[in-house]
Amino acid sequence: MKSTEQVLAELQSAFPGAGVTLLVNPSPSAQHSLLLAAADALPVAAYLRDQLGYDYCSNVTGVDWLDKETIEKVKTTRTVAKQVDGVELSVEETVEETVKRVEPGYLEAVYHLYSMKHGPSDPHPPLVLRMRTANRTDSVELPSLTPVWRSAEFQEREIFDLYGIVFKGHRDLRRLLMWDEFEDHPMRRDYVDPDDYEYEPTPHDEVLKRAELHSAQAPQEAAR
Amino acid sequence: MSTAEIKSYLPPVIEVDAEDELLEVAMGPHHPSTHGVFRMDVALDGERVVRLKPVFGYLHRNHEKIAEKTSYLASMPYTDRLDYFCSMTNNWAYALAVEKLAGIEVPERAEYLRVITAELTRIQNHASAIGFLMQEMGASGTPLMYAFREREKILDLFEALSGSRMMCNYMRFGGCRVDLPAGWLDRAKQVVAGLPQFIDEIEALLTSNEILMARSQGVGVLNPELAVNAGVTGVMLRATGVNYDVRKVDHYGIYDRFSFRVPLGAHGDIYDRYMLRVLEMRESVKILEQAIPQMPEGPILDPKSKPRGFRPKPGEAYGRIEAPKGELGFYLISDGSGNPYRYRVRPPSLINLTILEDMCLGQNVADVVLIFGSVDIVLGEVDR
Repeated sequence: MKSTEQVLAELQSAFPGAGVTLLVNPSPSAQHSLLLAAADALPVAAYLRDQLGYDYCSNVTGVDWLDKETIEKVKTTRTVAKQVDGVELSVEETVEETVKRVEPGYLEAVYHLYSMKHGPSDPHPPLVLRMRTANRTDSVELPSLTPVWRSAEFQEREIFDLYGIVFKGHRDLRRLLMWDEFEDHPMRRDYVDPDDYEYEPTPHDEVLKRAELHSAQAPQEAAR
Repeated sequence: MSTAEIKSYLPPVIEVDAEDELLEVAMGPHHPSTHGVFRMDVALDGERVVRLKPVFGYLHRNHEKIAEKTSYLASMPYTDRLDYFCSMTNNWAYALAVEKLAGIEVPERAEYLRVITAELTRIQNHASAIGFLMQEMGASGTPLMYAFREREKILDLFEALSGSRMMCNYMRFGGCRVDLPAGWLDRAKQVVAGLPQFIDEIEALLTSNEILMARSQGVGVLNPELAVNAGVTGVMLRATGVNYDVRKVDHYGIYDRFSFRVPLGAHGDIYDRYMLRVLEMRESVKILEQAIPQMPEGPILDPKSKPRGFRPKPGEAYGRIEAPKGELGFYLISDGSGNPYRYRVRPPSLINLTILEDMCLGQNVADVVLIFGSVDIVLGEVDR
């Protein structure tokens, strides 16, 4: 099988202008990955399956990357008007300023591909595909690759459930592990689990609330 | 290219004459054949299954989130609880992924220990899987008890080795936790010497059994193209005739040193899956017969590996092995800290269920139990 770099070159010649970039993995495993632009992902995936022999999508998973806040100290030089010995002079002064920058976070879907056709005769490391959403809040859509590899069906449902990525074109996108009424996405890095999973408001809560209101409105009465 | 131009593999749609006369049955989560807490929402037209939706999550505890909050090593005992029949192979898959991530070498003696424990695990898993399948076919007790009798001997070996019968927690990054106790290899030799007789016994009881043949041949057929596309692995895949065994493909561990064959099926039905489990047990016995006498002396843990304060460099790795139920993989992302940034289990049991609906549609409801049983799943791994 071809290396990730060779696959990239082949994809670039087959889909000129498509958004495919190589992401280098610095760990000893050296499993580099290809970042696909969401708009081109489906035809590229179909090409990988039908032309390059990656007929087996082993693992599909989500990753959550939070907003990165970097605080830098930047030195800036500017001219300031100053009085020196009673004379107005413009003096150059170096000031240190702290600059806050926020890199927006994103949700990522990662696909590990192998070839069953070529695998036994030609062992190879996995081909890793990644797709990223625009942000973590309101545009969390990615194209579903389930039409290409059926093995992604339950795994994309799991990502939808636990990370909240909405896969467009999935034939049955429902929660897989959490119950349907559950509202949050527990695998997100900033998820805070509730104090009580079983808690549901009951009619009794309303009575309690009214009782609290009542005692708040009549403090003198309570003091007497 | 639009979605319409891509060849997709979807389950067939079964035409129904009278939609309002369908009987909807929730099989599970308390049904004895669901191997734990699993539900299938089945729509029946008479005896025939026309729709089937699996429902998961009854045993979900978000294993992956827990692993992200603890150190790398602290997840090792937790992997035992994934597929609780095969803790040794779970340990191995996780250790392998971490070794890939951090570039750790494994000493030779530890590799032998891993192969021996993994193949013993495979034998007891396949024997029990056959036993459970027969249980569901109505052979109450006998085949399952034969399997459990043999499994007991293997679990005794695991207990002597690791201190625990099922939750072994035996492997470490760069080797294994403890060395063999005195006399263990001789005991293992004895157990392995008794295994061919046990497999013959199972075969004499079942292989040409009329009821087994009538109920399993041509039932739950899976075709190879769909199996590959749906990511089905392990016995389920090889029963359709696709030659893909991670032991042979990835050459992980020291499997290259042993001569063994990969049995393949031809029809992809339940009977092929049964037959393949029997044949794989025989191949595992062959591996054990070669590995046990070759066992070298030496360290069992890479002296450079640091179990405490373990912080791999930033990066990621996907490692996989051929577990008894299929391809078990672990995907890890390190951000340079002591906890994994992302820890993912690729559960063969869950992904092998993708095609459960395809196999069951149009079959009798009584066969759903058998088809489901022949997939061989453990809910601890499905729901994680």
